[in-house]
Amino acid sequence: MSDFLKIKGLKASIDGNQILKGIDLEIKPGEVHAIMGPNGSGKSTLSSVLAGREEFEVEAGEVSFLGHNLLELAPEERAREGVFLAFQYPVEIPGVSNINFLKAAINAKRKHQGLDDISAKEFMMMVKEKQALVELKQSLANRSVNEGFSGGEKKRNEIFQMAMLDPKLGILDETDSGLDIDALKIVANGVNKLKTKDNAFIVITHYQRLLNYIVPDFVHVLYNGRIVKSGDKSLALELESKGYDWIINELEHA
Amino acid sequence: MAYTEAELAKELKEKKYEFGFVSNFESDKAPIGLSEDIIRLISAKKNEPQWMLDYRLNAFKIWQEMKEPTWAHVHYPKIDFQNIYYYSAPKTKKKLNSLDELDPELKSMYDKLGISTEEQKRLTGVAVDVVVDSVSVETSFKEKLGELGIIFCSFSEAVQNHPELVKKYLGTVVPTNDNFYATLNSAVFTDGSFCYIPKGVRCPMELSTYFRINEAQTGQFERTLVVADAGSYVSYLEGCTAPMRDENQLHAAVVELIALDDAEIKYSTVQNWYPGNEEGKGGIYNFVTKRGLCEGRNSKISWTQVETGSAITWKYPSCVLKGDNSVGEFYSVAVTNNYQQADTGTKMVHIGRNTKSTIISKGISAGKSNNSYRGLVKVLPKATNARNFSQCDSLLIGSQCGAHTFPYIEAQNKSSKIEHEATTSKIGEDQVFYCLQRGIDEEKAVSLIVNGYAKEVLNKLPMEFAIEAQKLLSISLEGSVG
Repeated sequence: MSDFLKIKGLKASIDGNQILKGIDLEIKPGEVHAIMGPNGSGKSTLSSVLAGREEFEVEAGEVSFLGHNLLELAPEERAREGVFLAFQYPVEIPGVSNINFLKAAINAKRKHQGLDDISAKEFMMMVKEKQALVELKQSLANRSVNEGFSGGEKKRNEIFQMAMLDPKLGILDETDSGLDIDALKIVANGVNKLKTKDNAFIVITHYQRLLNYIVPDFVHVLYNGRIVKSGDKSLALELESKGYDWIINELEHA
Repeated sequence: MAYTEAELAKELKEKKYEFGFVSNFESDKAPIGLSEDIIRLISAKKNEPQWMLDYRLNAFKIWQEMKEPTWAHVHYPKIDFQNIYYYSAPKTKKKLNSLDELDPELKSMYDKLGISTEEQKRLTGVAVDVVVDSVSVETSFKEKLGELGIIFCSFSEAVQNHPELVKKYLGTVVPTNDNFYATLNSAVFTDGSFCYIPKGVRCPMELSTYFRINEAQTGQFERTLVVADAGSYVSYLEGCTAPMRDENQLHAAVVELIALDDAEIKYSTVQNWYPGNEEGKGGIYNFVTKRGLCEGRNSKISWTQVETGSAITWKYPSCVLKGDNSVGEFYSVAVTNNYQQADTGTKMVHIGRNTKSTIISKGISAGKSNNSYRGLVKVLPKATNARNFSQCDSLLIGSQCGAHTFPYIEAQNKSSKIEHEATTSKIGEDQVFYCLQRGIDEEKAVSLIVNGYAKEVLNKLPMEFAIEAQKLLSISLEGSVG
């Protein structure tokens, strides 16, 4: 069986500055991996590179995903193969309804899978079901993509889209930032419900608190473009109480 | 550009066009150039009454004294008005009882354009009056409209059959001496459409005309006159496509709308003249005068346009709000790509009391194009309580295009209230990437974003037209991002 997701020696830069300096990470189906680290450690760069943002140049390394060389696929092909990125800053698209946007996305994926367009009835049933999952107000689904949404509504909308697109690999890029505790719970609850034995999640976060609600199987500390420490969920708690400095000190004195 | 008449003729003969297509039916053409004789010839060919000929000759006299306007934000080589054919008509002049009698050549042309008239007829219930070059060759739904007393026919027929109406209204909104191109049109117009909705009648279907330029180097000068009598309503659709051509073609139409008491005219245009190739070569010059007169109390005229074509567009569909409580609206999406230039907008002239106008203009510029909005809101001294709201948005795609806004406001009545909003935005890489990340490819992403941006205007179009317009926007912007 081919690897689910395997990252080997990944180095990437933007505008000539190397941000990722050799990432190794393997993820199996059914797992939740948390990636933590101080600001500027490369967390969001990793998610951007996996999603295929063009501004980042991959200098070295390999990423295999379900038998594909992920780095060779265009961003839209990655998405259709099941990579979903919940954006840290979801963009607004005025005049385009959430519903039409999602329909276009779902049909693009279905076409890729050799399926016909989704029927209107099936689509609306799915919208109803997934809306309930993230407690998204119906009015938001009909509004323009993220236009005039509050910070919390935008994040919830990301999880709603993730639920609709049912990805193999969900990457949550600091989805918890700017959320109050109730919104955080709703988002976490949505992710927990979407979790199956066949998919996996990478949860990128600056704070431990999200991990109270999404329990990770593995926690990785990213520092200066490398994963410097990995462990189970207890590592997150340790980071919460001690901060990142002890790891940095440990590294510098090693 | 060494492209001579002889070469053109040769190409026509051999039908060897690298792009586009040219239909092969025979044309009945007047000699090249413009003179009083040509005008007499046009008038004679159309068997016009003396008053019509006099109208044309008067216009020609005025035109000879006029100069081409240069104030618009567009650039193009000087037009040689003596190097244009002013009359050409397809020889198929046989009256048709049904669409089945249509010239197969014509029919295949419609098919290529995706305008199957039968489809139109069956699916949408639209009465189509197709203008090919300068003469209407086929009209449908006439009987049904006739029962309601609605007149919808070619302009030439109207001159023959309804001279009293034509005489009464022609030139009352756009006077003969209005502007260079309108005056030229008044002298040489060959055909167009005429529509009259009698008192209290609500036209049950959308009236539609498809224009088509088919003869190389034939300037096309249509004349459209729509009169909505008291308490009537009509929705009128105008759509244009033209085959690709290597020679600039002049198009100078005049459209006059008149709404009497409590009448409403909704005039929608999807315009897709050949814009020239990627290097900016060829393409149609579209210098159009469109104006509506809200003559009566509580009358309403609304212009909706989606402009994607033409090398150069010079067009300001306007409303003269003469009747008290009358309403003028202008909704526009203008797309320019490659080397296209558009200078378009509207004029709202408030004359009556409690008159209201709304302007929503959405410009989209891509490639190396230039897109200008030019608008005038004028409130005359007697227009107490006049209201205007204007919104002019520009969307830029890429970094080599230009968007310009020239709003003019002249308020001569202190009770008037005029609002103007303007925004300029750029299609962000972030927006496109967001779509890509959801599996939507780039072309579709741009199409979604652009259609979202233009939605307020597209929503004003009749359904089937809106779908066509959406497709057109996407096609016009193909390959413009990245």
